[in-house]
Amino acid sequence: MLDQLLHQVGLPILYILCIVLPLVIAVAMFVYWERKVIGWMHVRMGPNKIGPLGLLQAFADVVKLLLKEVILPTKANRALYYLAPLLALIPALAAWAVIPFSAKMVLSNANAGLLYLLAMTSLGVYGIILAGWASNSRYALLGAMRSAAQVISYELAMGLCLVCVLVLAGSLNLTDIVNAQAGGKGIFSWFMWPLLPALVIYFISGVAETNRSPFDMAEGESEIVAGFHVEYSGSAFALFFLAEYANMILVSFLAPILFMGGWLSPFPESWGLIGQGGFPWLFAKAFAFAFLFLWFRATFPRYRYDQIMRLGWKVFIPIAIVWVLVAGCMKYYGIAGV
Amino acid sequence: MKRVINYFNSLLLIELLKGMALTWRYLFSPKYTMRYPMEHIPKSNRFRGLHALRRYANGEERCIACKLCEAVCPALAITIDSAPRESDGQRRTTRYDIDLFKCIFCGFCEESCPVDSIVETHVHEYHFEHRGENVLTKPKLLAIGDRFEAEIAAARAQDAAYR
Repeated sequence: MLDQLLHQVGLPILYILCIVLPLVIAVAMFVYWERKVIGWMHVRMGPNKIGPLGLLQAFADVVKLLLKEVILPTKANRALYYLAPLLALIPALAAWAVIPFSAKMVLSNANAGLLYLLAMTSLGVYGIILAGWASNSRYALLGAMRSAAQVISYELAMGLCLVCVLVLAGSLNLTDIVNAQAGGKGIFSWFMWPLLPALVIYFISGVAETNRSPFDMAEGESEIVAGFHVEYSGSAFALFFLAEYANMILVSFLAPILFMGGWLSPFPESWGLIGQGGFPWLFAKAFAFAFLFLWFRATFPRYRYDQIMRLGWKVFIPIAIVWVLVAGCMKYYGIAGV
Repeated sequence: MKRVINYFNSLLLIELLKGMALTWRYLFSPKYTMRYPMEHIPKSNRFRGLHALRRYANGEERCIACKLCEAVCPALAITIDSAPRESDGQRRTTRYDIDLFKCIFCGFCEESCPVDSIVETHVHEYHFEHRGENVLTKPKLLAIGDRFEAEIAAARAQDAAYR
C-alpha cells in the first residue's frame, strides 16, 4: 500500500522537482547571461562584482526581491491581485511536463502534447490580464490590454506554424515529432528545411508571445512604465519575472524540438560521441535560440502598436496559412515528412 | 519595381539582419568600462580638484594676503582676513576659508594668484562626515599643500611653458 503510494505519488513529485529546480536555476543563470550579453553588445561589461565574473548576481537579486514587501495598492482586488502571479507562473511551469529532453527523458509522454502546450502557453496571458485589472492602475490596465491583444494575434500565427509541423510529423506527441525528424538524411531530415518560414514565424511569434523586446508592448518602460506588473513588488514581482523567463526558455526548447530535431545530433551516428543524440544537443540548440532572445533585445527598438498588429495579422498569418498548404503538398507528394 | 524590391527586403528581414550583424560585432569589441576604484582614467596636469596652499622650499607660506583670489572668485567661496604677522610684521592671512559647497572649481583663484600660493590639486576623491567640514580652513589647506607638494610642483612644471 505504502509502496504503491510512493510509486504513484512520490516518483512523479521527484520527477517534477527534477525539472522545476533546474529550471529555476536556469532562469537565474539566464537573467545573468542576458545582462552580460546585452552589456557586451552595448560595449559595457555587465554584472561582474558579485561572485566570480558576477555569476551570483541573479541569486543576489532573488534574495533582494524575496526580502522586500509585497505592496497592495489602494482599492486593488485583493484576491485577484495575489492570484495573478500564480496564474502566470503555473502554466509556465506546467508546460514543461510534455517536453522530451531526450529519447527517454520525458515526464509525461502525452499523445496530445502539442495541444497541451498550446493550451498552457495561452493560459499564461490570464495572469497578465488579471494582474493588470486587479492592480487598479491605468498603466497596468493598458499593459494588460496590449498584452492580451498581442498574444491573441500571435497565437494564431504560432498555431498555424505548429499545424505545419503536425502535417509533416503526423503526430501531436512531441517525442514522435522528434523521431519523425530522424530520417536517413541526417540534418536534412529536420523540419527546419521544408518549414523554414514556419520556423522563423514560430520563433518571432514566440518572442511576441512572451512579451519580449522588440514586442514588449505589455511592459513598454518608456510609455507605460512597466505595464501589467507596475504595481507588483517583492516576491509577487519575482513570480512574474520567473514566469516570463520560464516561458522564454520554453519557447527556446520548443523551437529545436519542433523544427530542428530536438535531441538528435546533426552529425551521422558513425562519428562516435558527437554523433549520439541526447540532452546536450537539445540544450545546445535551445541555448542558441535563447541567445537570439537576448540578441533581439540588444538590437531592436520596440515596435509601434499598430506595426505589431500589422505584422501579426497581415504578414505572419497569411504566410503561415500558405505554408500549411505547401506543407500539405510536400507531404502528399512525398517530398518531406513521414 | 522599387516597391517590389522594398517589399522583399522587408519580408526577408534584410535590414533587421544587418542590425543584428552590427550588434554581433560589438559583442566582441573591447569594452569601454573603467572599473573605477581599481582603475583610474589618466588625469590632465591641469586637473582642478581639492584646493591647497603652498609653501616655499624654506617652509615660508607663499600667501601674501593680496585677496585677489577672494575678489575673482565667482562663487564667493573664499573668505580672507589679514593682519601683520606678530613675529616680523609681514602682511599675512589670519583666516583663509574656502567653502567647498560654494566652490565651482573654476580655477580662477589659482590663475589670479601672483605667488602661486592657492592651487587646485589633482585630488578629487574626498568626503565630509560632519557638518562644517565643507569649509577648508587655512591649517587644512596648508596641510593639503604639504602633503601633495611633489605632485603639485610636478604638474606646474609640466604646464610651465603655457602659463
